[in-house]
Amino acid sequence: MNDASTGSDEERAAQESRLVAAWRPPRGWRYFSEVNNNSVGLWYILTALCFFLFGGLLAAVMRAQLAVPENELVSASRYAQLFTLHGSVMMFLFAVPIFEALAIQILPQMTGARDLPFPRLSAFGYWCYAIGGVFVCGSIFFDVAPQGGWFMYPPLSTRWQPDLGADVWLLGLSFIEIATLAAAIELIVGVLKCRAPGMRIHLMPLYAWYMLVVAGMIVFAFPPLIVGDVMLELERAFDWPFFDARRGGDPLLWQHLFWIFGHPEVYVIFLPAIALVAMIVPTFAHAPMIGYTWIVLAAVGTGFLSFGLWVHHMFTTGLPRLSLAFFSGASLAVAIPSAVQIFCFIATVLVGRFVASVPMLFVAGALAVFVLGGLTGVMVAMVPFNFQAHDSYFIVAHLHYVLFGGMVLPVLAGIYYYLPLVAGRRLGERAGRRAFWLIFGGFNLAFLPMHLSGLLGMPRRVYTYRADIGLDELNLISTVGAAVLALGFAVFLVDLWLSLRRGGVSPRDPWRAGTLEWLPRLPLHPWGLRSVPQVDTRYPLWDRPALREEVDAGRWYLPDAEEGRRETLLTGAIDAEPLHCLRVGGPSFLPLAAAVFTGGAFILATFHAWTMSAVCAALALIVVVAWLWTGTARPPEKPAKHVGRGLVLPLYAAGTGAPGWWGMCITMLADASAFAALVFGYFYYWTIDEGFLDRAVQGTGAGCAGAAAAAMLGAWASVLCAARVNRHGHAGRGRLLLGMAALGSAIAAGCALAVPASAGLAPAAHVYDAMVWLVAGWIALHVAVGLLMVLYCLARSAARLLTPVYDADLRNTALYWHFALGQGLAALAMLALFPANA
Amino acid sequence: MAAARHRQLWGVFAGPLVWFAHFLASYVTVAVWCARFTSDGGLGAARWALAALTLAAVAGELLIAWRGFKAHRHGFAIDPVHDEATSEERRRFLAFATWLLAGLSLTATVYVALPLWLLTRCG
Repeated sequence: MNDASTGSDEERAAQESRLVAAWRPPRGWRYFSEVNNNSVGLWYILTALCFFLFGGLLAAVMRAQLAVPENELVSASRYAQLFTLHGSVMMFLFAVPIFEALAIQILPQMTGARDLPFPRLSAFGYWCYAIGGVFVCGSIFFDVAPQGGWFMYPPLSTRWQPDLGADVWLLGLSFIEIATLAAAIELIVGVLKCRAPGMRIHLMPLYAWYMLVVAGMIVFAFPPLIVGDVMLELERAFDWPFFDARRGGDPLLWQHLFWIFGHPEVYVIFLPAIALVAMIVPTFAHAPMIGYTWIVLAAVGTGFLSFGLWVHHMFTTGLPRLSLAFFSGASLAVAIPSAVQIFCFIATVLVGRFVASVPMLFVAGALAVFVLGGLTGVMVAMVPFNFQAHDSYFIVAHLHYVLFGGMVLPVLAGIYYYLPLVAGRRLGERAGRRAFWLIFGGFNLAFLPMHLSGLLGMPRRVYTYRADIGLDELNLISTVGAAVLALGFAVFLVDLWLSLRRGGVSPRDPWRAGTLEWLPRLPLHPWGLRSVPQVDTRYPLWDRPALREEVDAGRWYLPDAEEGRRETLLTGAIDAEPLHCLRVGGPSFLPLAAAVFTGGAFILATFHAWTMSAVCAALALIVVVAWLWTGTARPPEKPAKHVGRGLVLPLYAAGTGAPGWWGMCITMLADASAFAALVFGYFYYWTIDEGFLDRAVQGTGAGCAGAAAAAMLGAWASVLCAARVNRHGHAGRGRLLLGMAALGSAIAAGCALAVPASAGLAPAAHVYDAMVWLVAGWIALHVAVGLLMVLYCLARSAARLLTPVYDADLRNTALYWHFALGQGLAALAMLALFPANA
Repeated sequence: MAAARHRQLWGVFAGPLVWFAHFLASYVTVAVWCARFTSDGGLGAARWALAALTLAAVAGELLIAWRGFKAHRHGFAIDPVHDEATSEERRRFLAFATWLLAGLSLTATVYVALPLWLLTRCG
């Protein structure tokens, strides 16, 4: 029964019906409890496209306003809302989410997984995104949309815009940033641990490499922005003067924190789109990608270098010239890996047997537009030229060329290419060509003249311009171009609608591609592949024509769902040897409920309804605990099971083998990045020293800091001992130690908060006080999270769900405490010793 | 065994990490020096410290690149495609990636350090 290669037809049919039953999406209103990557990915894609349309409509209104000089179609403040929301929607609600959407949808198919390792986390991320996005977009209909530009610089966003707009931006988008981080964790673990057996790291599809790099970039780039958001919101809501120069703060710190996020963000958007190109080009060249390793170099190299570019958005802020030159150098260097991948694509097309198609048309257009944007990028990386072009329409043209060529056109290519996989339908060939030429022509007509209007002196973000300064024709041409562009998108959308409604059903593997995602039958079943094959080449469909039949006949791994559970294989991160059979979460409303309450907590805070917000946060916490309790790390009914071909794999993983452990590690990296941003802020205020040293030398409760450190050490040691004695079979002693850890962490949290309190620091008085309170709060929060985890383990142990054999929760808690201790001690040492005694 | 494999994956990132460390140290040194230590607006000792740091970073990247190159050419491998389903090919692939990334990092380090030759003052 377990080795499908010997099964009869009836047996295979029975296996397939069990798979159908295990993976069947719920019906009716319960459909929205589905968490499978195919459903969530589809919702994500459709929602992202809706936000894209919304952002495009905002741009259309702006172009209409700028069509003629001294126009009064919209007011200056409405125009400010339009460009702020356009930028924010396109960056936060379209560009990043569409990449996550596509990755959630197609990555598991590419790597031969049945689902991502944490499907409920994907669903939670999706619902957070949908709720936060509707909230932010909806604000314009109530005339409370943010007006500070998509990078929300203080003091404009603090002293001069006291209305709700900036709060909507800060809280609505922070909430989405957390969801983005959740998706990044999911994708990293998905790439590293959920590949088909044999898909070694040098054989995995290039898309997976790009996802690994991009998700890694998110883990390091987004947390500094979240820290910045917290600081800006604390200033707006409670008058903590982080960016107020009158009380030792500095608005420039916001620019640093924003762009430490913002520049990698450009590559977070660009690389996944290029990843689609890296899948499309070999298919239509009918040849393996030339320079696989070189593309890995380009992806990883760009990922790193993108963290050395942030100041090139700040060349006109008066930083030391040598500092500017460092960033100028790095900005030029990043052109090298960007170009490497484009040369690889061209080489692949040249050596292969090229087939013309709509996806390739969009790819060609994308590369042409992106190269132009890249070249103006090299121009603005030059400090002297940048001084001239800064905040002009030249920059508007540059960034749109980069994003349109580096993101919008490749995503359109990806939609044409992957629609058969996602929806089982193909888009029209002729309509596709028409849409392409309208979009490509319209785009260039709209944005090419902006280079010139910028050089002629037109500043960005002005709602109108005078008639006699030579900008009339250029702006009118741009508006006509925008109309053509909109028409192109209309053709695309009509084609999409008609194809989905009554288009031809796509044959299996319609493009004759070589990678695993094209193996399953179309339309796709939620389980993906009928059985999960051994993969031993980069293009298995080209190299092993018999694979399709073997997989369909259920001759490979996991051909059955005997226990009616959703399962996928966990494999080694490097060589993809099968290690575990992972049971993934099935349909549940808990992620949706958690997202609703988390959203409530953020949205109500916007209106300063603090009590209601706290109630929502508490409810969100309760729901998350219920979700973890019922859905994660439950002892299986048997230790191992047959997964086919005589292979027996364990059903429970703990420690380094468990996806939860990897997820925890990555979360800790993100948290460390946020902490680094805090430390950066602390030392930054020290370097500008507007009264920072004077306040600091008065001393910060060193005694309390010592007590907090001692209590943390005690809690950490107790957790470690608890994990050890529990593993040796002494569950009772383990619980006793966990109780001690809980006590120690409660004391540590209190002592951490006593550090600023005992020194009498008042956060609204000076930035030093505010910073010490923020760092102390940070420590206390981490210790409190550690306390919750300890209490959770205690309850699990008492309920016999955490046993000496099945101890994944406790091991993850121990991992967290290693991290919390290291971070906490570093933070306490910084507060107590620096700069008071420096 | 598994630990050795993971070490080799981390090796891929060694070159870029050296670049990043050099970059961050350069930025922080100049920022702190110009904000708190310079008396006449000159770079003084900071410039020499950064020159020494650059030499160390370049030496580190050359070493990483050389080790990667050697491992990538190990045995009979002359074809840099490295797409056979064996552990040796995986090792060669990772070594090749290590070498390429160390080369890119070296170039980027030189780009970042070049202004040290030309600029002697903060302002």
